[in-house]
Amino acid sequence: MTTIDRLVGAGIDRIDGPAKVRGTAPYAFEHDPGEPIAHLAVVQSTVNNGRVTGIDASAAEAMSGVLVVLTPENAPRLVGELSSDLPVLQSHDVHYSGQIVAAVVAETSEIAKAAAAVVDVEYDAQPPDVVLTADRDDLYAPEQVMAGFATDSVIGDVGSALAAAAVTVDATYETPTEHNNPIEMHTSMARWDGDSLTLWDANQGPHTIVRDLATGFGLEPAQVRVISPYVGGAFGSKAFAHPNQILAAMAARVVRRTVVFELTRRQMFSLVGHRTPTIQRLRLGADADGRLTALSHEVVEHTSTISEFAEQTATCTRVLYAGANRRTTHRLGRLDVPPPTIMRAPGETPGMFALESAMDELAVALGIDPVELRIRNEPSQDPERNVPWSSRHLVECLRTGAERFGWAGRDLRPRMRTEGRWLIGTGVAAATYPTRRRKAECRISVDGRGHHVVEIDGSDIGTGAWTTLSQIAADALGVGMDAVELRIGDSRLPFAGGAGGSTGLASWGSAIVLTARELRRRIDDEYGGQVPADGVVVDGGVDGASPHAETHSMHAFGAHFVEVRVDQDTGEVRVPRATSVYDAGTIVNAKTARSQFLGGFSMGVSMALHEETLVDPRLGHYVNHDLAGYHIATNADIGELDISWLDEPDELANELGLKGIGEIGITGAAAAVANAYWHATGLRIRDLPITPDKYFRELGLA
Amino acid sequence: MDTEITLRVDGAAHPLTVDTRTTLLDALRERLRNTSPKKGCDHGQCGACTVLLDGRRVNSCLVLAVTVGDAEVTTSDGLATDDRPHALHRSFVEHDAFQCGYCTPGQVCSAAGMLAEARAGWPSAVSDDGEIDLTDAEIRERMSGNLCRCAAYANIVPAVAAVAADEGVRR
Repeated sequence: MTTIDRLVGAGIDRIDGPAKVRGTAPYAFEHDPGEPIAHLAVVQSTVNNGRVTGIDASAAEAMSGVLVVLTPENAPRLVGELSSDLPVLQSHDVHYSGQIVAAVVAETSEIAKAAAAVVDVEYDAQPPDVVLTADRDDLYAPEQVMAGFATDSVIGDVGSALAAAAVTVDATYETPTEHNNPIEMHTSMARWDGDSLTLWDANQGPHTIVRDLATGFGLEPAQVRVISPYVGGAFGSKAFAHPNQILAAMAARVVRRTVVFELTRRQMFSLVGHRTPTIQRLRLGADADGRLTALSHEVVEHTSTISEFAEQTATCTRVLYAGANRRTTHRLGRLDVPPPTIMRAPGETPGMFALESAMDELAVALGIDPVELRIRNEPSQDPERNVPWSSRHLVECLRTGAERFGWAGRDLRPRMRTEGRWLIGTGVAAATYPTRRRKAECRISVDGRGHHVVEIDGSDIGTGAWTTLSQIAADALGVGMDAVELRIGDSRLPFAGGAGGSTGLASWGSAIVLTARELRRRIDDEYGGQVPADGVVVDGGVDGASPHAETHSMHAFGAHFVEVRVDQDTGEVRVPRATSVYDAGTIVNAKTARSQFLGGFSMGVSMALHEETLVDPRLGHYVNHDLAGYHIATNADIGELDISWLDEPDELANELGLKGIGEIGITGAAAAVANAYWHATGLRIRDLPITPDKYFRELGLA
Repeated sequence: MDTEITLRVDGAAHPLTVDTRTTLLDALRERLRNTSPKKGCDHGQCGACTVLLDGRRVNSCLVLAVTVGDAEVTTSDGLATDDRPHALHRSFVEHDAFQCGYCTPGQVCSAAGMLAEARAGWPSAVSDDGEIDLTDAEIRERMSGNLCRCAAYANIVPAVAAVAADEGVRR
């Protein structure tokens, strides 16, 4: 990797920064389609499980400025078969509260919303089934869980090992329904030219959206162009197509005009996915020295009646610690809820809250320092796949973090520090997330003046990809960044998978490196080292997983140390400071990477203290479906964050030695907060979020 | 009902027709196609639409366009002078005080309005008696009306602090 030694690693300002701070970088709604835009507003079902028996749209249709009202009666039929909630207005059946049952297209957004409000819909409905419990008799085992993992894993005999263990923990942890809530609402603007469709859209990967649009409308993929150069956050909800892309395209075809569908914040709670609630039973057994002899992680979660999304919640327990006897299971309940989807680190985020809380409980039961307990259970190889690690430096993260945080001398006992009304405690948790590489194609051209154009359908949802891919390309081409013009976020560009699973730079960056190498080789071999006047174009890429992925276990790791303060009078919880240390391989841009880490960790604090979508068990609706009711961390909720990383490239993972950093920061963060909360108060909160009322609940005062 | 109004935005006057229900935010985004103020909730809950109205920060989604009158609307883009970025623009980029960038023009306008409030001596919920000193705690408190789901908060604070120090409202 001799070519990669200059820009990669530097803390370079975002190249898209100047436009973003002024607000001139165009997001989905903000492109110019070249003609007046019609606006779409939807009518959503008020029942969860039933059938539309009648729609009266006459009042809406009579409104001046209304172009059309689409209902299951008159909506055009989709051609190809789409799954989940994508067949919009194709049936009278209702599967969840908030499902689209009608859509109004009008000259202005005000008219569209007013007209949608007077569409009268009648239903024949059954009572909603929306409450997940661990003792439902209809839970089932899916064929596999997300990302291709096995549903269950069984090694040894957990039951006997638990019975023989010197110390055991048996506890159940719960995480609530959570919503991604990127600040840019999901928005799709569609324009047809004959049988060709252009969609300016908020998503994590244009090619993914093209696939479903082409299927739905019976088009060749080349007839669909999805353009998404700037995306205002996503965190998983924009990974896959949702009803908005299909409906915008359908409506634009009907009215023969450009149509924009910008969801409202409230509509986002039912129409673009959520993280399933989880109920997780953890059983750990250890010998008197704290060496794990048994690990059992049993997960209950939900999916919808029209889709199967099986979050891989227990897979972290297959990786993190040694132990001879192990069992992980996933069971699903099919409820009358909207289809769940990916939310930042699906699996690891809820799973690590349970596992790392249980490890803290085990440390307490043993009277062992929780950092030391984790170090004692460091596995020499992947404990379930029995293959070596490509690289693993969790112990170094724990030791470095403990040093930076000032962990030494911590009293093992809880509720030992107070300052006025404040109870003060500290906690630790590990972090882990898989390292993967996916198929990606790339084209690089260079002209006679040395100007390089790098084309790949990567995506920058805030990750910094505009900048980091430019750094990677410049280094691989042996030129400065000013000689590189990057093009991403357009399905006309060479294929790449979307931004997700922390695979972006591993996949797109590797494709760029390999294509750049081939370009330089050709210039040397075929043109004597001199680019010809009419330039050179090279296509390249990577096929998929690292060739070492079968023989090695590849993961990023980290450790969080958190201080928590709890107000004894109000139950208010504060996180004044935290230290996180990461083992994430090569860091491409020290500035944007730090933002990824601190953003992920802060979202974990938000999960720990604030985030919870409440569902009304009688009416089946999400109750707190806006940003006043669904609380996310604000500026005042986040304290001093000390972020650092180890300089340990993973030579087996990919061409750059990086592990992916979009998700590692959130994993384990909520457990670190909960563990520090226990240390401050002596109270163990096993159901997130840790809201002030739970302090009094645990004390028996509420 | 449609009404003819003239909006003064970033130094230019724009005659336009709006529905009486049209918010200032929608007048800017949907009628004038000004991309600087963003829509994140349309309910005054997120702050992404923050603009300055005669120098004071407002959630433009909560202002009806017909009520703006002759007031000067300043967006983040309008804070630049002669195409030179504002000190807050430069500081936000230098401190990487954003990721996706969608809430950012609102954060910048909010910071500009907040610095003016501090210069005018307006206290916040965490202010001590006496002259305003924009400590980190003050900045966190005063910037908490602007949500950032990427959670760049830990970078927004030093980005604003650097400008506050230059302006003499941070000791």
